[in-house]
Amino acid sequence: MSTTHPTTAAPTATAAPAPPRALNLSRTTATAARVLRQLRHDPRTIALMVLIPCVMLLLLRYVFDGSARVFDTIGASLLGIFPLITMFLVTSIATLRERTSGTLERLLAMPLGKGDLIAGYALAFGALAIVQSVLATGLAVWFLGLDVTGSPWLLLLVALLDALLGTALGLFVSAFAASEFQAVQFMPAVIFPQLLLCGLFTPRPNMHPVLEAISDALPMSYAVDGMNEVLRHTDMTAAFVRDVLIVAGCALLVLTLGAATLKRRTP
Amino acid sequence: MMNYSSRPPEEPAVHAQDLTVVRGPRTVLRSLDFTVPRGRITGLLGPSGCGKSTLMRAVVGTQAKVTGTLEVLGSPAGHPTLRTRIGYVTQAPSVYDDLTVRQNLHYFAAILDPGRAAADRRHENVTRAIADVDLTTHADALAGTLSGGQRSRVSLAVALLGTPELLVLDEPTVGLDPVLRRDLWQLFHTIAAERGATLLVSSHVMDEAERCHRLLLMRAGEILADGTPDALRTRTGTGTVEDAFLHLVDEATAAGRTQETAKETTR
Repeated sequence: MSTTHPTTAAPTATAAPAPPRALNLSRTTATAARVLRQLRHDPRTIALMVLIPCVMLLLLRYVFDGSARVFDTIGASLLGIFPLITMFLVTSIATLRERTSGTLERLLAMPLGKGDLIAGYALAFGALAIVQSVLATGLAVWFLGLDVTGSPWLLLLVALLDALLGTALGLFVSAFAASEFQAVQFMPAVIFPQLLLCGLFTPRPNMHPVLEAISDALPMSYAVDGMNEVLRHTDMTAAFVRDVLIVAGCALLVLTLGAATLKRRTP
Repeated sequence: MMNYSSRPPEEPAVHAQDLTVVRGPRTVLRSLDFTVPRGRITGLLGPSGCGKSTLMRAVVGTQAKVTGTLEVLGSPAGHPTLRTRIGYVTQAPSVYDDLTVRQNLHYFAAILDPGRAAADRRHENVTRAIADVDLTTHADALAGTLSGGQRSRVSLAVALLGTPELLVLDEPTVGLDPVLRRDLWQLFHTIAAERGATLLVSSHVMDEAERCHRLLLMRAGEILADGTPDALRTRTGTGTVEDAFLHLVDEATAAGRTQETAKETTR
């Protein structure tokens, strides 16, 4: 009948019959639709998200006008990095706004599963990432002469997984940001080291052994490796499958960690 | 006025015993005992910072570090089955500024009552809730473009969506003009009378106390008095609830034993 709550932040009775803890498809899609609807009221953000990668690729193509091989490597890597960075930024700010506006507290006081919320965000930003990646990949392959040996569909697959990883990291990191200023600063803190060590600037085996070991532990390295596998090989190599699985696994792991930062009871 | 409705008086909507809440280093609520009767409007009154919001968050189940007994609608506070049965409005409006009023309500309705089969019912609920708070003419305006009072009414409409049995409203009439305040109080009385709902409404404006069936007067994390407005005035020999409150504060200070005095006053 009555309960004495322990002095922890955890809710005492979560394993009860009523609202299902697992994913509820309707609530997940309602959340995804809501996130997309919010974005639709903000066309400038959509335009920036979709156009900036294209403009950067265009710029890069003519920066390396004389050396097409360099454009191939860097261009393919960037196709994997853009979705990660964009989704990281968008998700961390969106989740932070959800926390500070009180809507998160309201949602968690309602029968919404944490999984529904996270899957809803992942679905909405995943859809956006597809649009972004299709445009960027299409532009790079068909108009800028990016020389891809493998299938452009595999490039798209990696880009999508990278977007998911970005969403996951953004969600996780937003739990530690108390303001938009902090959230934006997490981008250099979390993304830049990965950017430096992922093999974009120099092949990873050429780095100092310590840095190479660190880069082996960072998920973006595998995103870039995966892209380069598609660039050089006609079919799916074992290395490609491994890279894809690692990126997907990291994304799921961080999403789970992110879910753990959503608390129904707060101090 | 004090006749209990059809429900048995022995089962209150909220029953608290030895309820204590700690936030950081501070004990915000000290060993409170109180009940909130069903089907009535209970006013929670006291100066800013006395613990009203914390008490409400504890009832809704979003407050961490709650000890003691707190039973809401027959279950421990925060129990998952309660999430569809309680409507909660925070002090700051918690709605999405970049969605229209209708889009906001449709999203929260989809969380409370998901699935395609419920679409018609949701539509009715949304239309009714918008009408309840008198925002029909603004239904398609972005929440962010509305005035402060209008936004808090959107927030209130969300809480009215699922025909909740218990409505917890944290200062719902702050910043509203007198006409709107009167209309909202009429709405609260209609909800209590016609839908049999229980309302727990906080305010730091004492003149709103007269509109409640029952009052809990709070000060510095303790309950000073508990009773009908009439009983409080008679007991203290004062003309208004405000005077009664001041009288009780003086009395408590004089006695130096606030908690004991509160119980004496009401019994």
